[in-house]
Amino acid sequence: MNRQITWVLSLLASVVFVLTACISKTPSHKEPLDTQELTKNQKEEHGTEVKAEDIHLTNPLNAQWVAEGKGIYDVKCSACHKLTSEKLVGPGWKGVTQRRKPEWIINMITNVDMMLEKDPQAQRLLEECLVRMPNQNLNSDEARKVLEFQRSNDGEK
Amino acid sequence: MYPSSNVFRTLAIAATAVAGLFSCKPKGAESSVSGNAAAKVYVAPGKYDEFYNIVSGGFNGQIGIYGLPSGRLFRIVPVFTQSAENGYGYSEETKPMLNTSHGFVPWDDLHHIALSRTNGNHDGRWAFANGNNTPRIARVDLSTFRTSEIIEIPNSAGNHSSPFITENSEYVVAGTRFSIPLDNQNGDVPITSYKQNFKGTISFIGINPKSGEMNLTFQIRTPGVDFDLARAGKGKSHDWVFFSCYNSEKANTLLEVNASAKDKDFIMAVNWKKAEEYLKSGKAKKESVKYAHNMYDESKHMATSTMMNEVAVLDLADCPDMVYFIPCPKSPHGCDTDPSGEYIVGSGKLAAVITVFSFTKIQQAIANKNYDGNYDGIPVLKYDAVLHGEVQKPGLGPLHTEFDDKGNAYTSFFVSSEIVKWRISDLKVLDRVPTYYSIGHLCVPGGPTNKPWGKYVIAYNKITKDRYLPTGPELTQSAQLYSIDGDKMKLLLDFPTIGEPHYAEAIPADLLFKKQRKIYKIEENTNPYVAKGEGETKVERKGNEVHVYMTAIRSHFTPDNIEGVKLGDLVFFHVTNLEQDWDVPHGFAVKGSANAEILIMPGETQTLKWIPDRVGIVPMYCTDFCSALHQEMQGYVRVSPAGSNVALTWNTGKNGPQTPVGDSSKKVAKK
Repeated sequence: MNRQITWVLSLLASVVFVLTACISKTPSHKEPLDTQELTKNQKEEHGTEVKAEDIHLTNPLNAQWVAEGKGIYDVKCSACHKLTSEKLVGPGWKGVTQRRKPEWIINMITNVDMMLEKDPQAQRLLEECLVRMPNQNLNSDEARKVLEFQRSNDGEK
Repeated sequence: MYPSSNVFRTLAIAATAVAGLFSCKPKGAESSVSGNAAAKVYVAPGKYDEFYNIVSGGFNGQIGIYGLPSGRLFRIVPVFTQSAENGYGYSEETKPMLNTSHGFVPWDDLHHIALSRTNGNHDGRWAFANGNNTPRIARVDLSTFRTSEIIEIPNSAGNHSSPFITENSEYVVAGTRFSIPLDNQNGDVPITSYKQNFKGTISFIGINPKSGEMNLTFQIRTPGVDFDLARAGKGKSHDWVFFSCYNSEKANTLLEVNASAKDKDFIMAVNWKKAEEYLKSGKAKKESVKYAHNMYDESKHMATSTMMNEVAVLDLADCPDMVYFIPCPKSPHGCDTDPSGEYIVGSGKLAAVITVFSFTKIQQAIANKNYDGNYDGIPVLKYDAVLHGEVQKPGLGPLHTEFDDKGNAYTSFFVSSEIVKWRISDLKVLDRVPTYYSIGHLCVPGGPTNKPWGKYVIAYNKITKDRYLPTGPELTQSAQLYSIDGDKMKLLLDFPTIGEPHYAEAIPADLLFKKQRKIYKIEENTNPYVAKGEGETKVERKGNEVHVYMTAIRSHFTPDNIEGVKLGDLVFFHVTNLEQDWDVPHGFAVKGSANAEILIMPGETQTLKWIPDRVGIVPMYCTDFCSALHQEMQGYVRVSPAGSNVALTWNTGKNGPQTPVGDSSKKVAKK
């Protein structure tokens, strides 16, 4: 029995290299199938980093964006974020537009995996809250409207 | 078709078979695995399988989703059976899926899978499956792996010959296993009046090419035989479906002997294009029946069940040139068409040969009226005139045949417990491998399509005996994977299956991979009890019904404190999962709940009904680990006596008066 196990183990070890070729081919012998790559190609509403120059803040605030941003907040954000400075699951939003740069906020909404991987402030918040900020499937336009609503919540006109 | 001393022959074969079962068991089965088998089935951690294997669960009424070549089980899709694991058939939204003309039937026996096709090839849209016991056909959406639709089949008893699919998914078929007095006849007749009163039916269920929605387009009334299996034609035989039949003796008792009396039973060839013409020209009679049609709406996240009351029936007497009988030896089981559509393989369970018919010859015989009499008025084609040939001495107990992309066929043999590979053109046996033990169905990826993918054949076995660690009297069910790349079939892997595996199909991973749905968009949720955001959460009383519009997000419910529920109330928890990220379901359970928990996918609303049975404080919590604070995702319902005047109140985040109100956030956010 032991001999068998050793045999299987050494076999497994020796074949790891051959495997990719064995497994990733489509049965019709087309190009190798890279299924890992396939997931990346799926359309998702997050994943690209937003830079400072991508965001333009203007005054007066865009009233329609503020209203639409509030609508999104009610459905997708309010369960965890209060509009006061009080922490619920995540931090309260009062003052957030003064504490954080606009691109930080947008990336936190649309690109949270990157932020939790790279951004020290985001990482510190995770240590505090212990719940990962979820991806709530907002596109960057929607995130921009939420930002407009946050600015309004912080008293901007 | 003349009785002979067949009973004795049958018994003799059976006796040999029993002996054969043991003598066929190869000594040292493990040594039959070749040296590099492990390499061929090993899928490294983090890597994906090459095929999805969609496997019927038999008497568990479910479908198992496995990966090939690893044999790993990914998912159980509940179809005809309630699933306490995720609430299917328990939640208020999904209960109507299991409605039938007999009422709520939460179990069935699921035997066969048919994947949707375009131009004869897999298109990766839907999987159809039959409910054998209370005749039904289900459609599973392959982007969600959920049951989208179930249609009941009237005038049927034992929906076994189902749900085989035509080349362009025009129809799935349903042949009744048992002949019976039909639904609109008086069924209160002596069973011995079988020959007068019992009829068969086959149903053609149309598939909407866009939505997949099923519609019972028409039925054909047939003589009172038993329908076993079926396959649609391909290419040149596109317009036809072939059904295997047994019990042409019309026996109503001890079929084991009495339905094995004749040398030949039939394959019934049906020209469905012709049937469509008759239907169009008004030959069908509308008959009154009762059957349920259940649909799941993905935006409402709710199923509805509609009771239908009519079916269009074609009587063979009014429809000449539509149906023919082809004699086939000894109770044919499998009836499989090859990828070209030219050959129809009949596997007589008790026959010593595999019979292969030629579609071209069938057409010639029909044109020349080359008949061997008739059966209940239906022409019987001459055996020799339509025969391509017989595979001689292939094995014992042929059941099913699948095909590769090189002109070869693979037939399963239950009694001699083996797969036999043979060439269609010259009917030569090329190879045989033992299965462990007693194979039923088998599957080549794409085997029933116009272009099989080949590469593997999988055996679905009926007996496992000594193959796995034993678990008391009830042992695991099992499948075996063989490579068919080379001239010789090679055993690569045994893997256990859930329920009893009957038929299965395998489809390349990349056909399904890209289209998997990740979440339901909360904006598109039109469930009447949805709470889109915590602002819409509430508790409403309507008489003795209490409706809780509840949300779930990592990691709290809103509301999580509810008071004012009384004994005698029916409480409905309508839980909306506010998450919009893949793989973040929440669960919901309440103590004493007599049905199940529910799982709610991101953006979905599901409802658990709960009838409190005692006064007190009742806990509820999330059952699906969702975050570091999952264990904190919990709450209370206060149940008061009937007639109590405790007001209906609800909240999340307000601790009692001992805590300052402004400090409320700590309750939810604390570590």
